[in-house]
Amino acid sequence: MFKVLKSGFYSTIQDNGRFGYRKYGVPISGAMDLYSSQFANALLGNKNDAAVLEMTMLGGAFQFSKPSLIAISGAYMNPKLNEKVIRQNTVFKVKTSDILRFGQVTKGFRTYMAVKGGLKSDFVLESRSQYSPITKFRSISKGDILNYNDYDNEFIESNVSVKYNASILSDKTLEVYTGAEFNLLSNNQKELLLNMELRVSKQNNRMAYQLEPLFSNAFAPMITSPVLPGTVQLTPKGNLIVLMRDCQTTGGYPRVLQLTERAINILSQKTTGNTLKIRLKDR
Amino acid sequence: MDYSLKYFQYNEHSILIEWPAIIDENILKSILNFKNSIQKKYIKQKVEVINSYNSILIIYNFTIDSVNDKFLELKSLYEAQKSILDFQSSIWEIPVCYNRKFGEDLDGFSKEKGLEIPELIKLHSEQIYTVFFIGFLPGFLYLGGLYNKLHLDRKATPNLNVKKGSVAIGGQQTGIYPQDSPGGWHIIGRTPIELFNANVNPPCFIESGDKIKFKPIDKSEYIDINERITKSSFQLKPVKKNV
Repeated sequence: MFKVLKSGFYSTIQDNGRFGYRKYGVPISGAMDLYSSQFANALLGNKNDAAVLEMTMLGGAFQFSKPSLIAISGAYMNPKLNEKVIRQNTVFKVKTSDILRFGQVTKGFRTYMAVKGGLKSDFVLESRSQYSPITKFRSISKGDILNYNDYDNEFIESNVSVKYNASILSDKTLEVYTGAEFNLLSNNQKELLLNMELRVSKQNNRMAYQLEPLFSNAFAPMITSPVLPGTVQLTPKGNLIVLMRDCQTTGGYPRVLQLTERAINILSQKTTGNTLKIRLKDR
Repeated sequence: MDYSLKYFQYNEHSILIEWPAIIDENILKSILNFKNSIQKKYIKQKVEVINSYNSILIIYNFTIDSVNDKFLELKSLYEAQKSILDFQSSIWEIPVCYNRKFGEDLDGFSKEKGLEIPELIKLHSEQIYTVFFIGFLPGFLYLGGLYNKLHLDRKATPNLNVKKGSVAIGGQQTGIYPQDSPGGWHIIGRTPIELFNANVNPPCFIESGDKIKFKPIDKSEYIDINERITKSSFQLKPVKKNV
């Protein structure tokens, strides 16, 4: 296991989320940037839904009490093992009492730390993803003990053949599909929306990212309908709200656009003030 | 009833099927029937099928190769099942204690609507409501069937902490808060029944298409049921199962 010496700004345990419970109103949850979380798992030869630690903006500090293998992917938070800088997107060994520290993010917004075999917290509705009140705690805290199976064998490097695609962190274009209510927009509005320069507002978290500026419209709220992560809702006030992994299962605002899975991962690595363009993807 | 449906690719791995955008029991029946056939068809695959008032969203756990093939497959499935009624539903009786302690807005509501409290309780509890779907919060039921006489716009200022189990009215809807949460509806009572429990599977005993009825209980019954729930010796049973 390892002990949380510092939790960082907002760190949660995440896997690929809860599949099959949306009919009861349960959000899917799961890692915000699934590309990076699954990359870290792949490096270790884990299943792609093994539970990882997701750190946001400022990373934590952790002390290991059993040997294992670790991989870090996603945003760069200057990871140091026993005060020595280590590389991301590679596998390294940790020994008993080693301390792994992360700092302030310098590139991207969310970092994933995977452990050989995955974190072993309790399953709730077939997933370890933290989401309150489905799980008792919404995030990890200082002093928490996280379990994993110890692993003391050498790692066979040949497992790793893929290269981390860092464009997930640097891309500024979100590819989108037209949303179910896209055609409520006039041709001018469509043109405007698809060519706007958008900015991430202060309202951004695991539930939703609000984008600026306001997009004026005369839409009435509509009949409550299903939504998914990546659904872009347009409110009567003109807010563009991109729903993210912890979003509600239904919503009552017109769904003007739908982000591709890759675009959700890209947006997850953005923070307040970052600018973005959107590009319509052919179906 | 035969509806002309709209098929739409929602994203890489999801398809949205839409009925006319109205809240209607016949549409719900058509939706649930089709949903049932879709679930049966995909029983061996990991596929999520959810519905709302006028749509079904099918979420596959793989990327759709040819969406036109999927549309054709679904269209022929719809044609094959549309004349057969085939889904199960249950009727549940939810005990509710309507009093001033649990229903902090009872007095205000009664004044605003010009209805005496006993009349209000009678109207609210004699109706049979239809569960259209569950959404918004885990275990939150979207219910249809509230009498016009009980429609009242949401409160201008939401209550920051509505207690779990609170039974409330907002606009043309009535509902039960499945967990402590902020909310702008008028609270008229509380049920001791847990609508959602993440530690059991399924976490919610009610499903889309079920019916519910509220049964007025007094405070001592509320306390009794509440204690039995705490000791896990209370299990709500459906009043009736429709097949």
